[in-house]
Amino acid sequence: MRVVLAEDLHLLREGLVALLRAHGFEVVAAVESGPELLAALVGERPDVAVVDVRLPPTFTDEGLQAALAARRQVPGLPVLVLSQHVEQLYARELLADGSGGVGYLLKDRVFNGEQFVDAVRRVAAGGTAMDPEVIARLLASNARNEPLGRLTPREREVLELMAEGRSNAAIGQRLFLSDSAVGKHTASIFTKLGLAPSDDDNRRVLAVLAFLNSK
Amino acid sequence: MTSARSALTALARSTALAGLALAGLAAGLTMLAAVLLTFAVGLVIVFPPAVRLARAVTRLQRRLAARWSGISIDEPYRPEPPPPVPQHDGWYRDGRTLYKRPTIPAFNLRWHWMTKDPATWRDFAYLLAAPLTSGLVAAAPLLATAYGLVRVVGGDLLGLVWVLLAVIVVPWYAPWAVRLHGQVAAALLGPTEKARLAQRVSRLDAARTEAVDSQAAELRRIERDLHDGAQARLVAIGMTIGAAEQLLESDPQAARALLGKAREASATALQEIRRLVRGIHPPVLAERGLGDAVRALALDSPLRTHVTVDLPERASAPLESAAYFAVSELLANAARHGDATEAWVDVSAQGPALRVTVTDDGHGGADPEQGTGLRGIERRLGAFDGVLAVSSPVGGPTTAFIELPRAFRVRTAPMTPWRYFGRLCWGLWPIALFPQGLVAMVLKLVGSPVKSWFLGLHVPEPFQWPVIVGMILLGGGLLAVALATTARTREAEGGACG
Repeated sequence: MRVVLAEDLHLLREGLVALLRAHGFEVVAAVESGPELLAALVGERPDVAVVDVRLPPTFTDEGLQAALAARRQVPGLPVLVLSQHVEQLYARELLADGSGGVGYLLKDRVFNGEQFVDAVRRVAAGGTAMDPEVIARLLASNARNEPLGRLTPREREVLELMAEGRSNAAIGQRLFLSDSAVGKHTASIFTKLGLAPSDDDNRRVLAVLAFLNSK
Repeated sequence: MTSARSALTALARSTALAGLALAGLAAGLTMLAAVLLTFAVGLVIVFPPAVRLARAVTRLQRRLAARWSGISIDEPYRPEPPPPVPQHDGWYRDGRTLYKRPTIPAFNLRWHWMTKDPATWRDFAYLLAAPLTSGLVAAAPLLATAYGLVRVVGGDLLGLVWVLLAVIVVPWYAPWAVRLHGQVAAALLGPTEKARLAQRVSRLDAARTEAVDSQAAELRRIERDLHDGAQARLVAIGMTIGAAEQLLESDPQAARALLGKAREASATALQEIRRLVRGIHPPVLAERGLGDAVRALALDSPLRTHVTVDLPERASAPLESAAYFAVSELLANAARHGDATEAWVDVSAQGPALRVTVTDDGHGGADPEQGTGLRGIERRLGAFDGVLAVSSPVGGPTTAFIELPRAFRVRTAPMTPWRYFGRLCWGLWPIALFPQGLVAMVLKLVGSPVKSWFLGLHVPEPFQWPVIVGMILLGGGLLAVALATTARTREAEGGACG
C-alpha cells in the first residue's frame, strides 16, 4: 500500500516512516511542508496519506488545507490527519464532502502502533477513523440532544465506538460482545436516533457522524 | 404628521433652550458677582456655592445636549478631593498649619479643587456666552415673531412677513438650532483634549496594573501546573525507562510492562500539556483566527449556537485572545447559569473597532458586579481599552456587548477630486444661501433700498426674483453635495470615529 507522509518534526517523521514500513506500507513520499504535500498528493495519488495539521511555512493549518485541497482535486483521496489537538470544526470540514476515507487522530495515538496502523488501513479502505476525543466532545456538545438521552449506557458505548469508525466486529471485540449482540444494539440505536439502517459499515458511520454534527 | 410633530418638538426644545440660556446667564452673573466678591473683597466663602450652582446648570445643559441633540458630553471636572484625614494626634495638618477641626482644611481642599480646575472657568465662560450664541440662535424664530407682531400692532402690516417667515423656516430651523446648542455646549462644556488625555492615562494606568497583576498570576499558575504535572510525569517516565533498561536482559517480561507504563504516563503528560495550551492560547485561534475559533467554541458548546463573523482582517494576537476568552466565558456562563438552549454570537468590525455580541435565551439576571467571570473578562478587555456591557433583565434574554477599539487599521480615504469638490462646496454654500439668497429675499420683501453686494438686487427687476430663488436653490444644492461627500468619505474610512 502506497503512503504519502507529511510531518515537519524530523524525529516523528522518521518514526512514522519506520512504523509504516514495518507494517508493510510503501512510503512513496515523506514531506515536511504544505506546498510539497499538495504536490505529492496530486502527483503520487497514494492509497492513503498521513498528514500533520500544522506544517511550515505558515505553521497554521497548512497540512489540513493541503489535504482538503487535494481531496477537492482527487475526490475520495483517503487522508488521515494527525494533530496535537482536536477540533470539532476540523472534523466537520474533513467529513463535509460525505465521501468517507478520512481520519482525524491525536498524535498520541501513534504510541500504540497496532491501533494506529489499523486506523490507517481503515481510512485507506474508504472508512473513517475519528479520535475518541473528537467523539467525546461531539457527545458533550450534544448533551441536550433528546434522542441521545434515550440511549442505554451500553448503546452509548457502542455509539461512541461506531462514531470512531469501527466495524461491528471490532466493536464486539472491544466490548466483549457477540456479533449478533452488537447488531441488536446498533439496530436499536438507529431506531432511537431516527436513522435509516444500513448494512454497510462505512455508510453507517457517516450517518452517525452526520447526526451528531447536525446540532 | 410625524414631521409636523418633530418640528413642534424641536420648536419647544429650542424655546426651552433659549429659556435655559437665560437661566444660565443668571447663574453666570451670580458667579461673576461671586468672583468679584472673592477676589476683590476677599469674601471667599461665596465662591464654592456659586461654582456648585454653575455646575448644576451646566450639568443640565450636558444632559439636554445628550438627550436632544444626541451629543454626549463627558463631565470634565477633576474628582472631588477626599475629606481631610486627622494626624495620629487628632489634629488636621494643612501645609504648615495645624487645625483642631477639619472645616478649614476641607474648605482649602475644595477651594483648590475648584479654582485650579480649568473646567470651572470654562463653565463660567459658557454661562456668559451661551445666551449670546446658541441662546440667541434658538430664540431667533420667537424674536422674529415677536418683532413682527409688534410691527403689526403698530399698524405696519409688513410685520406679518416676519411672522410668516418665522413660521415657514421653523420646521428646518428649530432642529438645527437644537443641534447647534449641543455643539456649542460640547465645545465649551466637554473635557479639553488635555483633560481627556489625563483621564485616559489614569484609566489605562489602572488597566495596565490589573493586566500585569493578572498576567503574573497566570504565569505563576502555568508554572505550577507544569511543575506538578507534565514535568513530574516526565521525570517518572525517565525513571521508568531507566528501570526497564536494567531489566531488559534479566527479565524482559517486566521490562516490557514498565515500558507500557512509561507510554501511558507520556500520554497523560501530553493530555495535561494540551489542556494547559488550550488555556494559554487555543491552537485553533493561532491556526484560524478569531472567526473560526469562535465557530469552534460554538461547536463545543452544548447550546445551539449561531455564529456570524464579518472581519476585514486578523486582529493582533493578544487582542484576538482577549476577545476569544471573553466569548468562551460568556457562552460557558449562558450554559451554566442561564438555563439557555440557544445562543447567538456576532463578531464584526465597526471601523477600527472589534465588536462582539453574545445573546442567549436563558433566564437572565446576570450582574457584572457579582460574577467573578464577568469581572475577569472586563479586566482582560481593559488592557486593550475595551469594554463589556451586559444587559440581563430577570427573565432574559441576556445580551453581552464587547467593544475593543483600535483592533484594525484605520483606512484613510485618499484625497480624490470628488473630496476637493466637497470641500469647495462646504466653503461656498453659506454665501449662496444666506447673503445672496435669504437675506436678499428679506430685503426685497421689505422693499429696502439697500442693495449692498446682493447680486439679486442689482440685476434688472424681472430677473431679481429668479436670481434670488436660484441662489437659495444653489446654496441648498451645494450643502447637499458637501454633506454627501462627507458621508461618503466617512463610509470609505469605515465609519471611523475615534
